[in-house]
Amino acid sequence: MAAVAATNTTGARPERAGRRPPLAWLGTVPFLGYVGVFLLLPTAIVIWNSVRNTTGGFAFANLKVLGNSAVRTYFVGSVELSALSAVIGAVLGAILAYAIAAGNPDGIVRRISLAGSGVLAQFGGVTLAFAFFAALGPTSGFLLHASWYYDFPGGITLIYAYFQIPLMVLVFLPAVDGLKVQWREASESLGGSAWHYWRYVGGPLLAPAFIGATLLLFANALSAYATIQAWENQIAYTVPQQIYIAINSEVGLSNVNYADVLALGMVVLVAIIMTGYALLQRRAARWLR
Amino acid sequence: MAAVSGLAGESAPDAGQVRAPRRMRASRRGRLNLFRRVVFTLFGLFFLLPLVALLRDSLEGAKLGTWSVTPWKQIASYPGVLGAIGIQLALAVVTCVAVLLLLMPTMIWIKLRLPRVSRAFEFLCLLPLTIPAIVLVVGLAPIYNKIEHYTVATIMLFLVYVILALPYAYRALSAGLNAIDATTLSEAARSLGANWFTVMFRVIAPNMGQAIPNAMLLSSALVLGEFTIAEILNYVTLPVVLFNISRATTNAGVLFSTSLAALLFTFLLLLLLSYVGRRLSRGRG
Repeated sequence: MAAVAATNTTGARPERAGRRPPLAWLGTVPFLGYVGVFLLLPTAIVIWNSVRNTTGGFAFANLKVLGNSAVRTYFVGSVELSALSAVIGAVLGAILAYAIAAGNPDGIVRRISLAGSGVLAQFGGVTLAFAFFAALGPTSGFLLHASWYYDFPGGITLIYAYFQIPLMVLVFLPAVDGLKVQWREASESLGGSAWHYWRYVGGPLLAPAFIGATLLLFANALSAYATIQAWENQIAYTVPQQIYIAINSEVGLSNVNYADVLALGMVVLVAIIMTGYALLQRRAARWLR
Repeated sequence: MAAVSGLAGESAPDAGQVRAPRRMRASRRGRLNLFRRVVFTLFGLFFLLPLVALLRDSLEGAKLGTWSVTPWKQIASYPGVLGAIGIQLALAVVTCVAVLLLLMPTMIWIKLRLPRVSRAFEFLCLLPLTIPAIVLVVGLAPIYNKIEHYTVATIMLFLVYVILALPYAYRALSAGLNAIDATTLSEAARSLGANWFTVMFRVIAPNMGQAIPNAMLLSSALVLGEFTIAEILNYVTLPVVLFNISRATTNAGVLFSTSLAALLFTFLLLLLLSYVGRRLSRGRG
């Protein structure tokens, strides 16, 4: 008995060198179990429910709801807001990132900008809507009484820019830092102007990173819910707001798990965008070494 | 939503070395400096003014245009606010601890024993980035409805918050773990007779430097502002309380004072953790 036990314990050692017995997999069980219950299961439930009717049978026709003109309005609203805020955030964020990168790499300005971006990119909750309401509220704004504050997508895009720009700085700065000063010098010594440099060297180098980052900002705005809900909770403009209504009202579209179908539509949309982001990021990484 | 900030965090450190702005032509340098000054001023204003407005409204008296500290006093007296602050802080702490306990041992284990699944593991950890919280909550609602029979305390929201925090904590921790030679450290410890518990918590974890405070900061910043899941599952956390107040009275001063206090607290947390992190790494030399 004792001998058997002994060989077992000593026998457990060499496995590190070569064979990996099932024992090694045991270490991942708690993590896999947790992620399974709280991430994979809910996602599976959404997909499963979206193709079933309320009485329990399969109903792939549910998905036709996505083509419904009312539902299309929410998706168009979501895409409109996300695209606008992503492009504005990306362009302005890129300018800010360039200004940061042009300075002293160890300087105080860079450090403050990076730390600030880290905080502000997270600052997307209900408090952000309150801050802008305090600043621009139509009747009580501190800076101005903006009549366009409640315009969609104009007013809310401005609010979204507040977290999109810092996020762009965080994601795009490494790419701008990757531009070597030698490339610029090479361009100048060959007689190239600033325009030539940006048109033929800097621009094409940064393009994949820029487009990738824009996609990330797009997905970020698409999933955002808290800010827009606190900004204007009477009218639903975007898919997340409509999902909220669908969950909370007993009567949705008859016989359809409305919230689940909308959620499935969002998952598909975000998955497409994030795949594009991952591909572009890989392309951009070539020059960042 | 926020922050894929971890994404950038990793690649940022090796940035500076390639540039040498000093070698630029003088004329271009002057123009560049002007450009930077203009850019920083404009962006600074854009980012500061809403905060200034928040501050002003948090000091607004009962009559418009007057000053008063009542809104700040109301943080303690307004019904529900103080309790919600307590719950929010507790959620942040519990989520931080839970995400570290779940992630750290698994990451170290996979790094040392199962390196071939590291890509799949990374994919799982980053998956919550592509599944919006609003979608997650649609799938969670049936589960939570089932267990609601047993009256689930608000603190149990941390179970979902761990998932939300996963990508950010993973990014931070993997940067720290990749910066050290975990294999050699663990082999040294094991050959001296350490068990796996000692390897993880007394050898590798203390060597990961700022990675752990970073992961905790990102996780708590995320939890402190989380609204979507709490609201839809009908839990009353701080953002939900503020949201409800704003719906009842748009101009309640307590709204602005509490928002600003929450924001300042997050700033402080950032400062504190970066200070602790720097001391940790300096102490080790």
